[in-house]
Amino acid sequence: MGRSDASRNDDIEAAVGDALGQIAGASTLEDLRAVSAGLTGKKGRLARLKAALGGIADIEERKTLGMLVNEALATVTGAVAARENELVRTSLAARVAAERIDVTEIAVGAAGSERRGRLHLVTQATERLEDVFIGLGFRIAEGPEVESDFYNFEALNMPPSHPARSMWDTLFVETDPPGSVVLRTHTSPVQIRVMQEWPPPIYAVMPGRVFRRDTPDATHMPVFHQIEGLVIDRGITFADLAGTIEAFTKAFFGSDFTSRLRPSYFPFTEPSAEFDIRRPDGSWIELGGCGMVHPHVLQAGGLDPDEWSGFAFGFGIDRMAKERHGVADLREMYSNDIRFLGQFP
Amino acid sequence: MRVLLSILREMADLPDDPDRISGALNSLGLAVDSVVVSGESVAGVVTARILRTEKHPDAAKVTRCWVDAGDGVERHVWCGATNMGPGDIVPLATVGTVMPDGREIARRAIMGIDSEGMLCSGSELGLSTDSAGLLVMDPSTPIGRDPLVVLGIEREVVFEIDLTRNRPDCWGHAGVARDLAAHFSVAYRGPTLDDVPNGPPRSAPVTIVAGDRCAMFSAWTISGVVVGPSPARLVRRLELLGMRSINNVVDASNLSMLETNQPNHAYDAEVVEAFCVRLARPGETITTLDGQERTLHADDLLICDAVADTPVGLAGVMGDLTSEITASTTTLNLEIAWFDPDGVRFTAQRHGLRTEASIRFERGVDHNGHRDAARRFMVILRESCPDAVLHSAESVVTTDHLPAPTVIGVDADRVSALLGSSLDAPSIEALLSPIGFNCRTEGDTVHVVVPSWRPDCAMWVDIAEEVARHHGYERIGRTTPKSGAHGRLSTFQMRRRTARQVLCGLGLDEAMPSPFLAPGDLARAGLDESGTLRLANPLVAEESVLRTSLRPGMLAAAVRNASHRAERIALFEIGHVYPRGAGSLPDEAEWLCAITVGGGVEIAIRQWSVLSGALGVGAMLDQARVPDGLHPGRSASLTRGKTTIGHVGEIDPGVLHGIGLTGPVSCLECNLSVLLAEDPKPVQAATVNRLPSSDLDLAFIVPDEVTAGAIHRALRQAGGASLVSCVLFDSFRGVSIGEGFRSLAFRLRLQGSASTLDDKSLAVIRDACIAAAVRLGAQIRS
Repeated sequence: MGRSDASRNDDIEAAVGDALGQIAGASTLEDLRAVSAGLTGKKGRLARLKAALGGIADIEERKTLGMLVNEALATVTGAVAARENELVRTSLAARVAAERIDVTEIAVGAAGSERRGRLHLVTQATERLEDVFIGLGFRIAEGPEVESDFYNFEALNMPPSHPARSMWDTLFVETDPPGSVVLRTHTSPVQIRVMQEWPPPIYAVMPGRVFRRDTPDATHMPVFHQIEGLVIDRGITFADLAGTIEAFTKAFFGSDFTSRLRPSYFPFTEPSAEFDIRRPDGSWIELGGCGMVHPHVLQAGGLDPDEWSGFAFGFGIDRMAKERHGVADLREMYSNDIRFLGQFP
Repeated sequence: MRVLLSILREMADLPDDPDRISGALNSLGLAVDSVVVSGESVAGVVTARILRTEKHPDAAKVTRCWVDAGDGVERHVWCGATNMGPGDIVPLATVGTVMPDGREIARRAIMGIDSEGMLCSGSELGLSTDSAGLLVMDPSTPIGRDPLVVLGIEREVVFEIDLTRNRPDCWGHAGVARDLAAHFSVAYRGPTLDDVPNGPPRSAPVTIVAGDRCAMFSAWTISGVVVGPSPARLVRRLELLGMRSINNVVDASNLSMLETNQPNHAYDAEVVEAFCVRLARPGETITTLDGQERTLHADDLLICDAVADTPVGLAGVMGDLTSEITASTTTLNLEIAWFDPDGVRFTAQRHGLRTEASIRFERGVDHNGHRDAARRFMVILRESCPDAVLHSAESVVTTDHLPAPTVIGVDADRVSALLGSSLDAPSIEALLSPIGFNCRTEGDTVHVVVPSWRPDCAMWVDIAEEVARHHGYERIGRTTPKSGAHGRLSTFQMRRRTARQVLCGLGLDEAMPSPFLAPGDLARAGLDESGTLRLANPLVAEESVLRTSLRPGMLAAAVRNASHRAERIALFEIGHVYPRGAGSLPDEAEWLCAITVGGGVEIAIRQWSVLSGALGVGAMLDQARVPDGLHPGRSASLTRGKTTIGHVGEIDPGVLHGIGLTGPVSCLECNLSVLLAEDPKPVQAATVNRLPSSDLDLAFIVPDEVTAGAIHRALRQAGGASLVSCVLFDSFRGVSIGEGFRSLAFRLRLQGSASTLDDKSLAVIRDACIAAAVRLGAQIRS
């Protein structure tokens, strides 16, 4: 190895040394990019040394020096990458430190009081009831809230001026002739509509809004909600009614609740019953009415009572919500006060 | 309806156990509302003589009494009553007595002076409702004894029964006793009817003119009557049953009615010698026993004095004042009749006069019960009037309108099939016979004669109910229908639930305002009030209009919440509206309404975008159709073709001003009945286009009369299949743009479907889009 070799070696070492110094001196990513471009670019010292290799006659010497230059370039590139990593880490750490906020400030501010809207308690109760009945094989039927006398009374075995009509305090719509249109006093008219429209067998529940001419108080509203059930099939029995009420009781209230039927009277069912639910503590809740669909009602629905039989049952929805959530006064449930509505997820 | 256990037990050997009777009544469908025990001896209460009384100068409301309870100890008692004086015998509750209402009598001091007990009123001993003063007894009453024993007062148990309409017979004790006797498998005797001597033939003639309204009228002449007070036992029974004692004749009339369910009326035979039953004449009046003069209606049925042809009673409702029994009455003509139930009901309704008689006639009384009722009247009357005689040759007139006996052929298999309980013909007969349904079995068929006191039974199912009641509902099994039915929500119902969830997700609470509005509510909300339906009999005028829009109710809810300074008022409702329809029923439809206080139209549009996206429905936004009651410049109709299916926008500032809300208030409304009418078809998947796309920004100067929607539509059309999205990202006005114009900048994303769009294709689309906008009057900004 001649002197000129040694001098070239020194040049390479000096260039590397200088480059590493510049790289270490770059304090930002922008600096580093500029430094890196100068060192590894075509006009950099190492590039120039590489270009000068062509002038060396001795192949072995050229080879050796070439390897040295390439090694030097690799060292510089590696140092750039390492420095870049370091600078990115530092800058991210600085950013993270700078971005620190008091998260609880947000939590106690407007964002923290954002909330999802709430379904009305009556909707919640209705959906829970619907879901239980769907599980028992029922579909959901609906009907108009303003009804003709026919559907609300006559088809339900209460011909005009039938005394049982006074069992409900009816709100009438101003019509000519007067009294022919009512706000439905129960969901039972939907029974008739379903019988007329759905081919039997029918397994349906009919939730909806009903109306009575009642002055509002803690337990009564002129506008409230009922759910009605109707089963029409061949060979349906009173025992099927009792069993279905029991199945509903267990499914909706819990397996430690039971039910009983007591004789009662409704014009549209015969035999008729009230049904009560027994709580695990032994106390009873009077829930609603039920019975075997009266042959006249089947006929009004277009069904032959000799072929089809069925049962119906009905009870209030509002009371379910009231008791589940311990609402003291039904009027509060209809106050539309957000402070009330917002309580029930 | 109240019944006394003592009377029931006179009619059948029923258990003397209020709990068992209560349980039986409930299981028979005679729902017991309450059970009250009256006249039960209270341990510690004794008769005591008042020795002397003295007022304390500092205690105006109470009196000091010194009493002797017969045990040689003089006691001092403070007393709040004023109806007593020295020598009176009164009940004394000694210290330590537990009163029927549960309170314990303690030694209590007033003004530092102890009270050694309490002097009692009748009501405090559970005897009557009269609590006006102390129960003062006869001065000869022995002291130191149980006051109930010395008064001869027996324990009475009163059941308050909530009677259903299918049990008219139970408006009399007899009907209740008959059911209970069958339940407990004991013989039913009925009311005691013996010991009624028949006097010589004598009767009052009866003429029925209105035979369709009065199918039976019987008149019974009773002589030897001395009008006076009833025995204390009967007075107490009447009071416990909720009636007032008048005199022995009226009391016998009322008690026999309460026992037999046969309303009856006793006339002075000197005043009314013959009866005529006819409809009222125009302008005719009657002064009923309550002292009211009533102008009669042509459909009111009257009982008249046939001699004078003047009304003596409003048939089935109330007697008149002139024929009332007086102290000097000695002979009675007792009327027991059967009136058409509807006729009585309408008369009672017309005159607002609901009486014990009318309640019973309306529901239907036994048209065969008059003889027993007359005899029962005699038995009761003879307790105070032992010389009273019932004359033979009764006067009973019937007409063709008397209900015919009902005979129903009941198929045992069919009853079993209905009840789901296997009952053969003999078992059915065994259940029905004890309650008076005479049965004749022929193979599987039981021919049932319905007793005349059960007019409610008209069909085989009514008989099936009687069978079930006496078989016991609790003994019928529990099965579930063997059906292959599957339960599910309809698509409409599922999507409506989705709508609710979406709106909740957007932060709106569900409200449920009343569907009734006050007159003017719609107008105040800027809505058309014509085409509404009104209630004929609203509770209050403020709730007399059926809503045709959910908006007034939602605005009222917003105002209410704003008055409580609610921070965030965002509410929705899904409910029916009832606009007048072509027929007598309204065109009922289910609408959705969402309002957000403090939100502008952009809130409503955002809500609509999320909601319509979730439901997979669409509608055009038409600002040319300005919805009523919404801001004319900040609202639009949601349309499908020519049909408006909803509105988005802000509440009209004028409306807000009127109801006292500061705006803006956003409003989204849509008709779910239309929007969700059709079940959506399943969306077919499109392959995701993975070719590179290019964005193109175009800014236009657009005259105010050209909507962004129109430009957007034009760009979409011109862009064709390659235009995958087009969004307005900037809108501004300024001096540089000029008055009446604004700059609208759209970002278009373009993507080839088969190959990447080259510069030439992009330029073609760009030019087409610009040209389309220019055609609408826009200018491209350089």
